Amino acid sequence: MSEQQGVTKREFTFEVNGEKRSVTNFPAARLLDVLREDLELTGCKEGCGEGECGTCSVFMDGIVVNSCLVPLAQVQGRQVITVEALGEDPLGQILQQCFWEENGAQCGICTPGMLTAAVSLLRRNPDPSLEDIQDGLAGNLCRCTGYKKIFDAVALAAERARANGTLNTTQKGQEVSV
Amino acid sequence: MVEECIGTSVPRKEGWDKVIGAARYVDDIVFPGMLHGATIRSSIARGRIEKIHYGEGIPWDEFTIVTAADIPGDNSTKMFVGEQPVLAETDINHPEEPILLIAHPDKDMLRRARLAITIDYVKDTPVLTIPESLSKSPVIWGEDNTFKTIRIDKGDIELGRTQADQVVEGEYFTGASEQLYIENNGFIGHYDPEEGVTVWGSMQCPYYVHPALCDIFKLPKTKVRVIQTETGGGFGGKEDYPTMIGAHAALLAYKSGKHVKLVYDREEDMAATTKRHPSRTIIKTGVTKDGRLTFMDIDFVLDGGAYMTLTPVVLSRGSIHAAGPYRCDNINILGRAVATNCPPHGAYRGFGNPQSFFALERHMEKVAKAVGLSSEEFRRRNYLKDGDLTATGQVVADRVDMNALMEEALTAADYHAKQKRFEEENKTSPIKRGMGFAAFFHGSGFTGGGEKNLASIAGIEGTAEGKVRVLAASTEIGQGAKTIFSQIVADTLGLPYDMVEVAQPDTHDVPNSGPTVASRTCMVVGKLLQTAALALKQSLVQEAGMDEAYTPEGFAAACRQFVKDKGVLRRYAQYQQPAHIEWSDVTYKGDAYASYGWAIYVAEVSVDTRTFEAHVHDFVALQEVGKVIHPIMAEGQVQGGVAQGIGYALYENVVWKDGRMINNQMTNYIMPTASDLPVIRVLFAEKAYTGGPAGAKGVGELPIDGPAPAILNAIEHAVGVPVNIIPATPEILMKELEAAGV
Repeated sequence: MSEQQGVTKREFTFEVNGEKRSVTNFPAARLLDVLREDLELTGCKEGCGEGECGTCSVFMDGIVVNSCLVPLAQVQGRQVITVEALGEDPLGQILQQCFWEENGAQCGICTPGMLTAAVSLLRRNPDPSLEDIQDGLAGNLCRCTGYKKIFDAVALAAERARANGTLNTTQKGQEVSV
Repeated sequence: MVEECIGTSVPRKEGWDKVIGAARYVDDIVFPGMLHGATIRSSIARGRIEKIHYGEGIPWDEFTIVTAADIPGDNSTKMFVGEQPVLAETDINHPEEPILLIAHPDKDMLRRARLAITIDYVKDTPVLTIPESLSKSPVIWGEDNTFKTIRIDKGDIELGRTQADQVVEGEYFTGASEQLYIENNGFIGHYDPEEGVTVWGSMQCPYYVHPALCDIFKLPKTKVRVIQTETGGGFGGKEDYPTMIGAHAALLAYKSGKHVKLVYDREEDMAATTKRHPSRTIIKTGVTKDGRLTFMDIDFVLDGGAYMTLTPVVLSRGSIHAAGPYRCDNINILGRAVATNCPPHGAYRGFGNPQSFFALERHMEKVAKAVGLSSEEFRRRNYLKDGDLTATGQVVADRVDMNALMEEALTAADYHAKQKRFEEENKTSPIKRGMGFAAFFHGSGFTGGGEKNLASIAGIEGTAEGKVRVLAASTEIGQGAKTIFSQIVADTLGLPYDMVEVAQPDTHDVPNSGPTVASRTCMVVGKLLQTAALALKQSLVQEAGMDEAYTPEGFAAACRQFVKDKGVLRRYAQYQQPAHIEWSDVTYKGDAYASYGWAIYVAEVSVDTRTFEAHVHDFVALQEVGKVIHPIMAEGQVQGGVAQGIGYALYENVVWKDGRMINNQMTNYIMPTASDLPVIRVLFAEKAYTGGPAGAKGVGELPIDGPAPAILNAIEHAVGVPVNIIPATPEILMKELEAAGV
């Protein structure tokens, strides 16, 4: 199939996890499918396909997006970071460790999106209250945990990241790209 | 000396791959030349297929198309009476019934083709609700629309009537609810004339899928292989329906000769797969002036949907628990499951108990009020104690003290002080606050003779690398099965946790340790693993000359030597029912469960009388589940179950139209988010049970039984109006409160 309602596939180029990648697909192809199928980055998952569950969250130019709602055409020339590269980021690494220790991942399907949202939250707010964490993760659904262990993991990660200088508390309130 | 790891929160075996995005779920797996499959389903609730039209503009010759006529063996999913077809032949019994399967290499083309197929039907009048089904017009199943009737009789209800000073009657309703695992259902199928059928999929019970595929394909056991992929939540929703999807993927693979992936999107998953049974319960109880129960007459009805599937077992559990943790000498429970033309309802965490406890614990509030006692005093006078008999005549022997549990939970929740404070504040505030609690219990493992009939087997392997490997078909679905098993085996053998590995459930590799359901994995399968591990140790001592006082290094060396000299080292254990357990499936008398978890859950709520929104502000969950094997995971299980219970109580409303769920999206089926929930406070009262490993009982299901009644009891405290229907959405609360003039 090279046609989708009269529209043809085109080449799009953007950066994924620090590497320049080119993909030939429809302009309206979902970023989620492009990442998972064309680029074989299956870390981000489809939960609902309509931007409700946050399971497909990735960073685009430092902002968390639901990749199921982003058409490929919008990704041209942008920077995308997926869960596969979160471990290369010191804050991502701390969060992964804390999610593991605190049982923030049960079945694990929401975890990539949850970690992405948590990185974004802590970049904006290195010393979040419980309410800040609840608000910051409210766009990511988890059916296993009742969220408490996720809150614990994020709070612990914030504490560790502040203690080792990964997060600087003077940054509070700033948008910082990953 | 190796440190014991039971009772400690060791790092989860299954945790790291999940946090780095490397865990492979079924939709993450790709095979070369793989096709994508889709299911064409009925758009009507009841009738017959007249004609299938394949629309224009689609290259149909590129498609693999499977109908019922392509099934080599039995057209049945094999649950109970097995009347549910894998693909409908002519008769349609519910919306979304699978009729046709199609597969193509290109997903876009597949989507277009799906829309291009139209089906003509002759429609019949459907039965859509419990009252319609009970009225038997029309009869759609058997002689009277009844899948199963259960009668539990204890004592003499007529005697109980004569002893009563008052009879209190109430009627209670619960809606359907969706498990809403975040990973949708999916399978990949493959067929090879030499190897037979192989399926990979998201599931709880590989050995439910396996025998069904043998019969569907007329293949011997060795020619069917079922492999569980990482599973993104189940909650019962991946207990029986995966058999259907696995069969569909395999049928498309069988016909096409290629790997075929069949993964549902959210809308299909919600509309087509199983949900919690809607229920209607009528309870009549006799009570003396001093608040003692003299009889309980309970009429419990479940909507089973269009096919029987697992419904009789759900009904059985719900009926057995229907009289709750209360002592009463005269009990009649009539449990009935009836047919409707909705998609079959199935397993969902709690398995009949959330329905019966909602009814009972709401009713207990009513009875307490009728006799002028507080909720806690009325219960205090009626709780089961050791030596008392349950509804089925089982002698309670769990060493549980419900009064002490209640005291502890109410104290932790600051129940009395808050109750008083809210009553004062509510007089002037449009936002009414309230406190409520529920008392309940949940039997661990299969009901009655279930475990005996299942005769599960689990095994331990000593590997060539000097490790021990758990062999069980029990699946990790987020609950931490691999971790729990490793802890149990490590402590049984006195080995470090890291020396234990867990095989991925694959029917070619692991024995049938039974389905991953019924809160049985830790208690029943864990115990089998203990026995198998000891047998393995015995073999190493007797056959490989290992010193009885071995070190981990010595154990590893003995394993390596054994495998080198004698080949594969595997030892198995099979379930043996303890001699003291007696049960009759005919009379429903005896020891329904080997042990029970007991709990008191307390909720603090608010109801905004302007918007009719209810919100839970604090939640205390106190339970007695025996020894807690992994404190952090056990807490996580309880918090997750309570969160689902809060959704069940307040938010999660399945909207039906002509037998079909019409809000089958996350946009309009509302589950709790991170900002909707209170911090759920979890407390364990650990009284070891002797039957399970290290004294553990089941924990997975119990937490969803209590939240709904606790919350609705708190709502009654807040607004002074009894609401006996869930989910108590703002629409329901508005109706009930306005009717009561609030």
